[in-house]
Amino acid sequence: MGSYRWNWPILLADPYYGWIVSGFGNTCLIAVLAWSIAFPLGSAIGIARTTELRPLRLVGTIYVEVFRNIPLLAQMFLWYFVVPELLPQDWGHWVKRDMPYPQFLTSVLCLGLYTASRVAEQVRSGLEAIPRGQHHAGLAMGLTPAQVYRYVRLPVAYRIIIPSLTSDFLGVFKNSSLALTIGVLELTSQARQIEEYTFAAFEAFATATLLYCAVTGIVILAMRQVERRTRIPGTIAIGAQ
Amino acid sequence: MGWSIAARLGGTLLLAATALAAPPSGALAQDGPVMKRIAETKTLNIGHRDASPPLSYVGQDGKAQGYSIDICLKIAEAAKEELKLDKLEVKFIPLTPQTRIPLLTAGTVDIICESSTHTLGRSRQVSFLNTTFLTGSKLLVRKNSGIKRIEDLTGKVLVAALGGTNERAAQVEIDKKGIKIKGGEIVKVKDNAQAMLNMEQGRADAFTSDDVVLFGLASLAKNPAEWEVVGPYFSYDPYGMIIPRNNDDWRLLGNKTITMLVRSGELHAIYKKWFEPGPSNINYPMSERLRENLELIALPD
Amino acid sequence: MGGGFDFAVLIRNAPFLWGGMVLTLQLTALAVTGGLALGLVLAVLRLSRIPFAPALVAGYVNFLRSMPLILAIFWFYTLIPKLTGQSVSSFYSVLIAFILFEAAYYSEIIRAGISSVRRGQIAAALALGLSNAQAMRYVVLPQAIRNMIPVLLTQSIVMLQDTSLVYVVGLRDFLTTADIVAGRDSRPVELYMFVALTFLVVCFSASRLVNRLRRRYAL
Repeated sequence: MGSYRWNWPILLADPYYGWIVSGFGNTCLIAVLAWSIAFPLGSAIGIARTTELRPLRLVGTIYVEVFRNIPLLAQMFLWYFVVPELLPQDWGHWVKRDMPYPQFLTSVLCLGLYTASRVAEQVRSGLEAIPRGQHHAGLAMGLTPAQVYRYVRLPVAYRIIIPSLTSDFLGVFKNSSLALTIGVLELTSQARQIEEYTFAAFEAFATATLLYCAVTGIVILAMRQVERRTRIPGTIAIGAQ
Repeated sequence: MGWSIAARLGGTLLLAATALAAPPSGALAQDGPVMKRIAETKTLNIGHRDASPPLSYVGQDGKAQGYSIDICLKIAEAAKEELKLDKLEVKFIPLTPQTRIPLLTAGTVDIICESSTHTLGRSRQVSFLNTTFLTGSKLLVRKNSGIKRIEDLTGKVLVAALGGTNERAAQVEIDKKGIKIKGGEIVKVKDNAQAMLNMEQGRADAFTSDDVVLFGLASLAKNPAEWEVVGPYFSYDPYGMIIPRNNDDWRLLGNKTITMLVRSGELHAIYKKWFEPGPSNINYPMSERLRENLELIALPD
Repeated sequence: MGGGFDFAVLIRNAPFLWGGMVLTLQLTALAVTGGLALGLVLAVLRLSRIPFAPALVAGYVNFLRSMPLILAIFWFYTLIPKLTGQSVSSFYSVLIAFILFEAAYYSEIIRAGISSVRRGQIAAALALGLSNAQAMRYVVLPQAIRNMIPVLLTQSIVMLQDTSLVYVVGLRDFLTTADIVAGRDSRPVELYMFVALTFLVVCFSASRLVNRLRRRYAL
């Protein structure tokens, strides 16, 4: 490291500062949009996998197995390069030539669908962690199966899986860096671009790291409050009290 | 345990930052550590790229090879002779854009042999040996596209690899000439292979890169006859090997080796081996400009 | 797309791709083992009453969870030689990064699993005369582990896929070797489809296997 010349001010210099800001904005936007696909879809699939209906369970299982077993990097690529080729020609042409923000929208969709498979697994394991007796008790009280989910099982399940859901949300945020592979200028790609221009590798990557850490740190702290407030009485205490 | 590592990490970062932020004291008098390190370890560490054919890439046998690598092997021979070593082991270390500067400044690699353009911005951080290859930005288009120069890109999609000098040069040209490309900005993708795929699929109409890269990609395309490289150059890109700054002896040895290679005609032979037509059939004859440049850097004794 | 598929490219490059696969599997096996062991210790410490332990572990876990893996690998690779004073091979530096990193995730999953076990069970175990450690070992963990197996498996699959990030330090895992071939031979569609299918088969079989084991050992 002896010959490394530090040059922090370069990050505030003209084009580079703007790149970091816009990269950071894109990263946050991708993460939030992808999560707004992943959370409802993942919840629905997770619930489907715990129902009594075989076809629903099958669909849920296939979805989860396909989406979580292919590396995100490869999925990104498949959505961007392979899927348009498989569409009817007019649609494919529209996706390739006329769809606005093609790289951005593709990466949001891809990340959302991928993360949904993980959310589904969390929701399912949360639901399965609840003793069956609660389900039966709900039915015995005259609730419909839908009501049992809505008022008995889901509220408990979500509270159990808050820590792992937090992980998944942070996962979306950090995985958004893979959007650079199809040409979205998010935080990591802007850091790379600054490195290519200036060779100031440490400064560029340290800034990206700090920004990621800052956001995830805030999310973790916020979720810990949520976790504490929603703790289920009677279960083993969480963390230091 | 976690904290102690975190604390040490943080401490080291701070230490490193303060130590390195300080001005180099007495740097004038002494030469850098590379030559000494080579002499002591009897090892030369060459950094290379995975996929920049035919300059620096990994062949089907998994070994590093290419035009830049061959030149660096000659520099290794010269180092062995200069330092009077009985043997010199050459190690190849694959580099990525993320690791090359940290590894060069940490001393893990002694010389980077790839396909990097010598720029002023980069020279702040590293030293370049004399230019051994000369190229520049052009456009790759479909033969039937009607695009002949950058002015024809109005309403068309232009793609480039992220962070290259080409994308910058193209942007300058577009701004200067007021060309309205589709989407308002250049699509920047991960690497050249991805850019080429955008072209193959018809997502992009033109792809800008160094013309040697474009010729190489076109020669490997599914149907090479479909493609052509067009336009006058809108940037010049001189390539050179990269070494750490403040290593004058090492730099001199590198430049001297290149000079000797030019004088003896060996450099032209290496060029012929990789480019005329070369293993990938790139068929990129030496330009007059490069020929003249090589004559210019072959300094007298 | 025109030109059709060229499957010969896979056969021509089979040894190179296989080399990448070996690295991916080695790294995954070692990192999952090390990560699970360290993650279990961290989770138990975090739920313990040992002074400062829960806070220290929380700090560690949150610190590592805050960082994208790709940047963690980069920093470990460039800083470990500074910390230890000697150069570490890329493989070991990446392995250390993966173990420390995955342990943070595993410990969160294990903690969630343990937390879902009802407190009365510990009280009952203690009342029966078991020690704290025994209550953990024989009462809490067996139930907790069954609850968390699906999530642990998902995390391990993610880990297997994440090995592709070692390209930042120049190591060549399966996806990276495929990427190199795709770029060099200009056959990205074939290579990426091949990678996707291979992962699908490998990970799917692994998850079937774990499910079978889970059912066999279910209480």
